[in-house]
Amino acid sequence: MMQAFRFDLCELPDETRGLRADVRAFLAEELAKVPAVTRAQTWSGSDPEFSRKMGAKGWIAMTWPKKYGGHEKSAFDRYVVLEELLAAGAPVGAHWIGDRQSGPLLMRFGTEEQRQKILPRVAKGECYFCIGMSEPDSGSDLAATRTRADKVDGGYKVNGTKLWTSGAHTAHYMIGLFRTHLDPQNKHAGLTQFLVDLKTTGGITIRPIRDLAGKAHFNEVVFQDAFVPDDMLVGTEGGGWNQVTAELAFERSGPERYLSSFILMVEMIRELEKRGGAEGAREIGRLVAHLVTLRQMSLSVAGMLDKGENPALEASVVKDLGAIFEQDMPVRAHELLGIEPTVGAGSDYEQVLGYLTQTTPSFSLRGGTREILRGIIARGLGLR
Amino acid sequence: MNELQTILADSVNGLLAERVTKNLIQSAEDGVWPEALWSELEANGLTRVLAPEAQGGAGGTWADAAIVLKAAGRHVAPLPLAEAVLAHWLLAEAGIAAPDGVLTVMEGDFTLSAGRLSGTARRVPWGRQAAHGVALVGGNLVLASLDGASVAPDINVAREPRDTLTLKAVAAQSAPVALPENALRLYGALVRACQMAGALDYLAAQTVAYANERTQFGKPIGKFQAIQQQLAVLATQAAATGIAADHACAQAARRKNDAAFEIAVAKIRADDASSIATSIAHQVHGAIGFTYEHGLHFATRRLWSWRAEFGAGAEWAESLGRETIARGADALWPYVTAR
Repeated sequence: MMQAFRFDLCELPDETRGLRADVRAFLAEELAKVPAVTRAQTWSGSDPEFSRKMGAKGWIAMTWPKKYGGHEKSAFDRYVVLEELLAAGAPVGAHWIGDRQSGPLLMRFGTEEQRQKILPRVAKGECYFCIGMSEPDSGSDLAATRTRADKVDGGYKVNGTKLWTSGAHTAHYMIGLFRTHLDPQNKHAGLTQFLVDLKTTGGITIRPIRDLAGKAHFNEVVFQDAFVPDDMLVGTEGGGWNQVTAELAFERSGPERYLSSFILMVEMIRELEKRGGAEGAREIGRLVAHLVTLRQMSLSVAGMLDKGENPALEASVVKDLGAIFEQDMPVRAHELLGIEPTVGAGSDYEQVLGYLTQTTPSFSLRGGTREILRGIIARGLGLR
Repeated sequence: MNELQTILADSVNGLLAERVTKNLIQSAEDGVWPEALWSELEANGLTRVLAPEAQGGAGGTWADAAIVLKAAGRHVAPLPLAEAVLAHWLLAEAGIAAPDGVLTVMEGDFTLSAGRLSGTARRVPWGRQAAHGVALVGGNLVLASLDGASVAPDINVAREPRDTLTLKAVAAQSAPVALPENALRLYGALVRACQMAGALDYLAAQTVAYANERTQFGKPIGKFQAIQQQLAVLATQAAATGIAADHACAQAARRKNDAAFEIAVAKIRADDASSIATSIAHQVHGAIGFTYEHGLHFATRRLWSWRAEFGAGAEWAESLGRETIARGADALWPYVTAR
């Protein structure tokens, strides 16, 4: 029988227990005074001071080689730190993307000079990344990228607009996907990744876009004759599509893809501690069953990464199921308790519900829409 | 899977794929006991996968049993293979020698007195066929001869026998067993969760195959995005059920007295997945899947039965939820990660 994807059980090694206890103790102290509604932002919340503390603890760049500022720990050590951060609602947004995908991308495709210059700063929690993929006319259809990087003396001149770029307003660098060549017959060719220094490059305008909840996480980034030197090209010219595909496996595989509403689950239980009742118990029991199963699936993906396998398909499965779970949480909370969500005032529960009710639509958009992920899964099933 | 498990998986799936034909399932649904297949399963030691080698078993772990149980579900084997696996395990745990012949498990109101078992058990799988039944009475495991039992036959939605047995002081052996008081219901839920994972794998594979064959509007319906998206959901639900069942079996293998959490998770997840997956499988198959002639329903009707047996998802969710709430909100994450 054809097995489209595989989820082998993967157990965290016992040696990770001490690390987990350390991280948990650190977070208990750091987050003691942080309100639940702030913690509910998890990896959307950004705090450079917190990121630097994480760097000092050695909890960024955990699996990277020491010569790039890493700590040469196992993928499981890293996994334990990540899930503790997410479950506690730590403000990890500043360093998250560099640690998760831009650093690994540079390690794989970057030049030695790029690695030496940037990676140790990422590891210290001082250097932040954003991902310049989406554009006004290129969302799910990434190969429709139009922002151009035209060859000029000593580098490239970039013109165009990136959109929905999370964290561009605080990031030091963007990994931008630009078109260096247009072949109308093969739009996947001619795409190239560049490191763009957002702090010093002229001709770049970053405009924050308010989301429906009134927050400004994502941005429009406009390039007008922005000059990017040759030595900022990442990987090979025209190899951008393959590099991005590899990068997306990192982007989609982590525990952040099912824990985004975890803080609400905790607050629901706190409400039910007061109320009791069979209906609430059944709802929580179901949520626990889904949480535990998603964690096992996510761990299985971590195990595949640790073995050097490519879990792109399995990561899509976890992200799709994870988004359903995360998005269902405010619905379940509403149906069960019927308490009004609030903004700016109210109990922890009311505020967290207010925040997540508004935020959950993005969970099945960011990092690949539900429909794109299911298309990838369908391909894995042999349907496309 | 280790090498031995791969061999076990190949052998049990190979055997069941060959023997469990549509004719065999249909005649079982008409009430014919598949004697030859039962004998073959016994001869191959598959009913005794969890019994120790000293008692003629395979000495396997719950991870090995999961392979057999998933295969039983995948091929919709119409006989009490899962029940026998469970019964043999319980007997071995109690140190009671297993008898020959068809063996099942019984949940009911029993009293045990001077080596005699009395009481009524409802919806006993293949009660009419079994020579012996295994029950838990207090902390005692009981092996009862069903020779003198009166049988009121009934079936479940999958037309598998689910009979009411009335026992009046039938001969029984018993021994104390160091398992939770609800061990029969609990481990019954585990074997059902494993069978459901297998049946869901079958549903996913069968429905994908059908979508690639069935042509409408000039192309296989599997080429339509609307169908592809549904099939992706079906396959992910099957995958989730599979790993939840494996996770529970791994815990059962490690700590048989402390696996209630993982087993509840597995049964709840299997129940939820079944509701989604059966609906998609039938929708994609269209009218042909609604006929008796087409075999899809052999799996879907079993899923509709099994999801409610040995405790529906709702029952396990309530106990899991009560325990979670009693531990308190801030204990949720530490508890989940300590398991």
